[in-house]
Parts: sequence; structure tokens; C-alpha cells
Amino acid sequence: MSAPSDLRYTRDHEWVRVDGDTATVGITQYAADQLGDIVFVELPDAGRDLEEAKPFGVVESVKAVSDLFAPISGAVTAINDALGSQPELVNSDPFGAGWMLTMTVADPTQLDDLLDGTAYDDLVAAG
Amino acid sequence: MPYGPHTTADRERMLGALGLTHIDQLFDDIPAALRASALDLPPPEPELELSARLRGLAARNRTDLVSFLGAGVYRHWSPPAVDQLLLRGEWYTAYTPYQPEVSQGTLQSIYEYQSLIGELVDLDVVSASHYDGAAATAEAALMACRATRRERVLVSRSVHPHYRATLRTYFEGRLTLEEIPLLENGDDAGTTDIGALETMLGDADHPVAGVVVANPDFLGLLEPMARIGELAHAAGALFVAVIEPVSLAVLTPPGAYGADIAAGEGQPLGIAPQYGGPYLGVLATTDALVRQIPGRLVGMTTDLDGQRAFVMTLRAREQDIRRDKAASNICTNQALLALAASIYLAAIGPHGLRDVAATGAARAAELEAGLAAIGVERLHRGAYLNEFAVRLPDARTVHRRLIERGFLAGLVLADAEPDDPALADALLLCTTELTSSGDIARFVAALDEVLTGRPSVGVETGAGDPAHPVGAAR
Repeated sequence: MSAPSDLRYTRDHEWVRVDGDTATVGITQYAADQLGDIVFVELPDAGRDLEEAKPFGVVESVKAVSDLFAPISGAVTAINDALGSQPELVNSDPFGAGWMLTMTVADPTQLDDLLDGTAYDDLVAAG
Repeated sequence: MPYGPHTTADRERMLGALGLTHIDQLFDDIPAALRASALDLPPPEPELELSARLRGLAARNRTDLVSFLGAGVYRHWSPPAVDQLLLRGEWYTAYTPYQPEVSQGTLQSIYEYQSLIGELVDLDVVSASHYDGAAATAEAALMACRATRRERVLVSRSVHPHYRATLRTYFEGRLTLEEIPLLENGDDAGTTDIGALETMLGDADHPVAGVVVANPDFLGLLEPMARIGELAHAAGALFVAVIEPVSLAVLTPPGAYGADIAAGEGQPLGIAPQYGGPYLGVLATTDALVRQIPGRLVGMTTDLDGQRAFVMTLRAREQDIRRDKAASNICTNQALLALAASIYLAAIGPHGLRDVAATGAARAAELEAGLAAIGVERLHRGAYLNEFAVRLPDARTVHRRLIERGFLAGLVLADAEPDDPALADALLLCTTELTSSGDIARFVAALDEVLTGRPSVGVETGAGDPAHPVGAAR
């Protein structure tokens, strides 16, 4: 499947949806499929400052544990509490109910460095 | 795939690819002074002569001494079933199998170990297992740093000096370790200085990840664990209790006084004292911290047919998968020793363990009274269980002269804590259920003789009484 065109992507397979000065962050369908059944998502507390490209959390599947990297800098405004009891939402609906956190956009120019849907699809296709 | 060794030609090809001429060039980064020098071995000897020489060396070990030495390693009676069952081929490997689920018996034994220790420490999760008590304590401190995202740990000076040395090694260059001083005077002398702890916790610029305190502590004293836990938690820090497992049969367990992590040495549970180990690191924590605990965890579940099954769980955090980001890279499973602890606990049972702890404590009270009668006083006033320090001028000489008389008079505290003037003239003495009343009477008489220079009256002196073989060191 192709990545939604209204989102922005990192090369580490996170997606960002920007709505005014707030960004919502999750991981892509491709990442979720590669990880397999996700059993735990470790997210930062609301209020924590994230720095672009630095790890902000951990996603654990039955076969691997991977760091999550902040797509942009900003402060966490909310995390998806539903993932605490239903981490499988990341597998079943990665671009929707499987979102991970919302954050402020500290520097909008950082968004320009992210990939659009087509570029991300090309990245995945290139392996 | 052949498993033959590399030929000279193989090695030359590999070195050639690297642009090297000699294998030693691979180690050029290691300073010459730190590299192993050639072993200076004597010429070969015939087997008979060699055996005789080794027997002679082994004979220099003293196994006849009546021991009052504890200080982190404790002599206990172990049911013969423990060592006998360990010899079974099914168990006789130190490691967890690499296809663990096909070895249900091994996983069940690990699960039972976790369950037994969990009951002793009153915490939710037990890992199986770690090298020794010092390594487990260091892992507990690192867990506190990861969980709180803070980098400063406070450890009481009453924690075993070897454990503190191990903590320093683990922390060096990346995390901050500070020692909480001990009270020097008063009824609580020798225990953690609570006022100093409060001051250290109050440094808002350097928030504390964890507070590490032992109970009983290295000097045998009981610490105010609940109070220390409250202070740690009020500062947002985790509370790490360093435990001695046999004592938990009679003392409040860590889970009941608010500890987040318990760490300690499992050797007293059916494992004979051995110079340098192998020993058993016990590490336990709460459900909230389960993803921070390093080491193997075995869970119980049901398989597709609804039958009980044991599985490795939370594997993905370990070093073979997570590499440099693993919960620990200094971690192994002491499965055979964990099994020894499990068999010991199962064989001796909860009442038996309580008897072991209570008998050791009763013997210690007997020893204290006997020593007081010859004018040898405790160094501290606080409550103890089965180990305490006594003040003795020239303790090292007294200790040596008692060895000549067949007694191992505990530990010369100045050897363990050379920089602490409060411990300069003192011995640390320990009793267990293996210490007989006769051992105590003869030890007190021998000490009296050493101190006064004249034979003690009314008590037969000297060790090695065949009527009390349990007093002999194992």
C-alpha cells in the first residue's frame, strides 16, 4: 500500500501529521509490518521536550525492540494512552488509532526536511 | 561447515587482507604494560609427581577452623539432596538452552526459582539470574537510572565494600555515585545517617535516581528501611534494598517496606562458601519496572491445547537481540546455582528457613553475652540479627593468634574498610545454625586467653572437638 499523501515521513519510518502548531506522530504501516506483533510501546511523559532525530520512546514486538526517533523538535502535549492496554492498535491502524503522541512544532522549517508520501514510498521500495 | 582450526595459510590470507604481517599487530592499541606476558611455567612433570605436589598445595588450606566469618558469605547446613540433584545430567549446565521452550523442565525450574524468591522478597518479578550479589546490586542501580532518567545514585557506606567497588566500576565515566555516610555516635551508630541522606536528596540540581541500602547491613545492623524508602520516594528516587535471603525468613521483606528493587547474594541458600564463587545474584522488582529488569524471565502460560507451558518472556530486551541497547550486557544466567537455591528452599521449607535464621540469631546473642562476660563489647548498640562487630585493640594480631588456636575470628574490619577510623580496631563476627554453643564457649575462652595472656578457667579450650563436627568449615 502507498503511504497517505497528507502526512510527512522520516527515514526511520515515523509519520507526522501537522495541524496548525500541533503535530501528531506515529510509525508507518511498513514499520509496523516489519516489526510484527507489537506488544509494548514506551512513550515519554507529556511536557517532555523532544529533539529532532533523538530517541523518544521504544516499540517492542515479539521479535525486536526498536527506538522511536523524534521527527521534529518540540514538547510532548499528549500521548496515546490506549496503546498502554492495546499496543496492537499500532499494527491494525498505524496511521489512525495507532498514533503515539502529539507535540508542539518548535521549528516549522524542520518539516521541510521530512519526506512526502511519494518520496517515502520510493524509500521503502528501494529497500 | 567444517569446524577445523584455521591453517597457517588461512591466517596469512586474513592478515594479508588486513595489511598486517603478524597477529600481535591486532593488539597494538593495548598498552604494552597491560598485555599478558609469556607464562613462566616450570618444566613438565610426570603425572604422579604433579598430583603429589598439587595435593601438598591443597593440604595447606585450613578446613579445620571453627569459623565465625560471615561478611557477605554465610555457612549453612544444606540438605544432601541439593548437591545430589545438581549432579543429574539433565541439570548439569550453567546455561539456559538456546531453544528454551523445548526444555520445559529447565524453564519450570527457573519459574520455580523466581516464584520462591518472589515470595521471600515480596516483590512481583524476579530475574533468573546474575553473577553475584554485587553484580545484581549494580544492575539494580542502573535500573533506577533508566527508570527515572536520572544519573545520580546514593549508596550507603553500610553496603558491602565489595558491592560498592562494583558499583563504582559500573558507574565510572557515565553516572554519578555518592556514598551516604554512617552515623558515628549514639544508639544508631554504624547505620545510615538519615540526616545526611535528606541533605543529599535535597539537591534539586542533581536529582537522585536511586537510594541503595542494605539490611542487615555490612556491619550486621538493621537499618530503618521503611523510613529510608519514604525519603527516597519523596525525592522521586527509587529505593533499592540489598538483602540477605535467609534473613528474610524473620525480617520484613523489601516489598513490605516499599522497596522498588531488591538485590542480594543468593549463596546462603544451599550454596557452599567458595572463594571467588560461583555465586548467585538475586534481583527482583515490581511489575511497574518489569521492562527495566535485566536477565532471563520465565513465564507460565497455556499452549494451543490448553496445557500448562513455560516460556521465556520479554526476551526482546536482551543482548542477543538488542545489542548495545540491551537492559544489560554484563549479564548471565546462573541456572545451576539458582536451581541449588530452589532445591534448598523447597527442601527446607518456610518453617525450616525460619529456624535457620532464628537459630543463627540466638547463637549470636549467646556469643554477645559470652564476649561481654570477658569484657569484649560490641562496637555498636543497634539491633542486629546474626552478625555484629566487636571492639578489640590490635584486632589483626588477635585474629592471627586465634587462627593458631583453631578459630577463624571473623573479619578484621580494617582489612575491608581501611579508610574508616571508626572500624580501625574491630572484628566482624557471625554465627549461623552451624555454630554450636560449645564452639562459642571455646571461642570465648580462647579469646580471653589471647587477650589476658593466661589460660581461661572453667572452660576447656581449643577447637577440633569431634563431638561438634558441624562447626568445621566446609
